Amino acid sequence: MVRIALITIAMVFVALFIFIPVIAVFAEALRKGVGAYFAAIANPEARAAIRLTLMTAAIAVPLNVTFGIAASWAIARFDFPGKQTLLTLIDIPFSVSPVISGMLFVLLLGVRAPLGGFLAAHGIRVIFAEPGIVLATLFVTFPLAARELIPIMQAVGSEEEEAAIVLGAGGWQMFFRVTIPNVKWGLLYGLVLCNARAMGEFGAVSVVSGHIQGHTNTMPLYVEILYNDFQFAAAFAVSSLLTMLAIATLIAKRFLERRVVPVKQAQDELAVKVAA
Amino acid sequence: MSGSRLKLTHTLAAALVVAASVALGVRAARAAQVTLLNVSYDPTRELYEAVNAQFAKEWKAKTGDDVTVNQSHGGSGKQARAVIDGLEADVVTLGLAGDIDAIVEKADLLPSNWQSRLPDNSCPYTSTIVLLVRKGNPKKIHDWDDLVKPGIAVITANPKTSGGARWNFLAVWGYALKRNGGDEAKAAAFVKLLYKNVPVLDSGARGSTTTFVEREIGDVLIAWENEARTAIKQFGADKFEVVYPSVSILAEPPVAWVDKVDDRRGTAAISKAYLEFLYTPAAQEIIAQNFFRPRDKAVAAKYASQFPGMSLLTIDSDFGGWKKAQPKFFGDGGVFDKIYQPGS
Repeated sequence: MVRIALITIAMVFVALFIFIPVIAVFAEALRKGVGAYFAAIANPEARAAIRLTLMTAAIAVPLNVTFGIAASWAIARFDFPGKQTLLTLIDIPFSVSPVISGMLFVLLLGVRAPLGGFLAAHGIRVIFAEPGIVLATLFVTFPLAARELIPIMQAVGSEEEEAAIVLGAGGWQMFFRVTIPNVKWGLLYGLVLCNARAMGEFGAVSVVSGHIQGHTNTMPLYVEILYNDFQFAAAFAVSSLLTMLAIATLIAKRFLERRVVPVKQAQDELAVKVAA
Repeated sequence: MSGSRLKLTHTLAAALVVAASVALGVRAARAAQVTLLNVSYDPTRELYEAVNAQFAKEWKAKTGDDVTVNQSHGGSGKQARAVIDGLEADVVTLGLAGDIDAIVEKADLLPSNWQSRLPDNSCPYTSTIVLLVRKGNPKKIHDWDDLVKPGIAVITANPKTSGGARWNFLAVWGYALKRNGGDEAKAAAFVKLLYKNVPVLDSGARGSTTTFVEREIGDVLIAWENEARTAIKQFGADKFEVVYPSVSILAEPPVAWVDKVDDRRGTAAISKAYLEFLYTPAAQEIIAQNFFRPRDKAVAAKYASQFPGMSLLTIDSDFGGWKKAQPKFFGDGGVFDKIYQPGS
C-alpha cells in the first residue's frame, strides 16, 4: 500500500515537473509548423550561436578532461602538501554562483583592470569576445571531470599500475594501457557531464558575452534574446536543440552509470577478498 | 649537399614571400570591409536591423565599401556598463542620456559635450510613455488616476535597472506634481499608491512587456509608445489597445559615437556618418515605421495620425536634466527608494 502510494507520488511528480515541460518545449517549438521550426534553426544568427556553442565545448571539454585526469591521478596516487587545499579549490566553481564567476572575469580582464587593460592595449580582446566565453565556460565546467574521476581512481587503487611497472612498462605505457582503461567509463561519464554543462551554461557566459548578435551569443543566450524578441516559437525551436542534448546526455549517463558501478563493485569485492 | 640545402632555403623563402603577399592581398581586399558595433538598448532591435540594411546600401553606393553593423541589445544601463568594461562599441544608441554620461564619467571614452555634436540633442527620434491595456479596456483605464485605484494590477519595470522604467516613473511623477499644484509630498504619495499596485517589477522594459502580453499578468502596462505598438503588431490588434494619458513625458533616447574606440579601430568617419544617416528622410521614415517619433518635419507630418499629440513634459525643462534627475529620483536613498518598499 505504502509502496503504491510512494510510486504514484514519484510518478506524478516526475510527470508534472519533468515530462510535461519537456513535451511543452517541443509543442511550442512546433507551434508554427515544421517549416518555421527548421527556418528558426537555419537562421544565420541561430547557426552562429550553434557554431559558437560547439566551438566553446570543443575547447573547454578536452582541456577540463585533461586537467581532470591529471588532478585525479595526482590526488588518488600521491600524498603531497596542499592536497586537501587542491581538493577544496577544485570545488570552487561549484559553490560560486555562475553570475559571480562571470563578473570575476570582467573584474579581472575588463579594460579597467590592470591585466585586461594591458591585453587591450596589445589588441587582445578577451571579455565581450569569444575567448571570454571560452574562459567562463572552462571555469564553470572545471570540477566536473575531476570530481567524477577522483573517487574512481581511488577505488581502482594502484596495484595494477605497480604490477605494470614491475613487468617493465614505462610511465606512459602504464598510463595509457592500465590507468586510463581502468577509469574509462568514469572518464566518459565526466566528459558527458562536462559537455552538457559547457553547452548549457547561461549565467557566467551572459556576463562576459556582450551579446553581439551573430558573434558572441551562445545557444542559451540566443534563446533568451529570441524570447525577449517576441519570437516564442523560434526561441523554443532553439531550446528544443538544447533539450535534445539534455536527453542524449541522460541516455549516455544511464548507459555509463551501468558500466561505472560494476567497476566499483568489483574493486570493492576484490578489496574484501584481499582483506579476508 | 649544401647546394640542395640552399635550393630548399630558396624555395622556402619564395613560398614565404608568396604566402605573405597572398595574405597581404587578402588584407587589402578586405580593407573595404568595415564592421561597426552599435551597442543599443532593448526595444530598438527591429529598428536598427532595418536602419543598418539601408545604411549599408547607401554607404556602398557612396564609397563602394561594404559595411556590416553588428548589434548588441540589452537593458540600457547594463549596456552602458558593458561599454565601460570594454565592450568595443563604435557607436552607442541608448535609452537615456544619463547612461552615456556614465560612460563619459567612468571610462572617459568620449567628451562630455557629446550631446551637442548632433542635432536635436543627439536624439534622432523620440518616444513617449503610454498605457497598454487589454482589448476593450475592461478596467476602464483612461489616465494615470485610474492606475492608483485599488485592485488594478500595473506592470512596469524597476527604474533602478531599466531606462524605460525611469521614463515611466518621471511621467507619473510629472503628472502627480501637476495635479497637486507642485506639492512634492502629495506627488510622492500618489506615486507610492501606484507602485503598490505593481505585482511584478521586472528588471527591464522588455521583461515587463513579456510579463504583460505573454504571461498575461496585470491590467495595464506602462510602456514606451514604440514598445506598446510593437506588441500590438506582434500579437494582433484584437488583443490590446493603447491608451494615451493626458500628460506624459518626451522620452529622448540619444546616440553618440565613441571617440576612443573609433580612433583605435579607425572607424571615426563611418561612425559619424552612420549616426548622421539617422537624421536623413530615408532613415526617419524607417524610424516612424518602427513606431518611434521622427524628428524630420515632413516625415512627422506624413505619419501624424500614428502619433497623437499629447502634453509632454521634457527631462530638461521639467526635471532639470538627467544629471539632476538621476541622483534625486533613482540614486541610493533617492525618491524611488523612499516610496518603494518591496512587499509592502
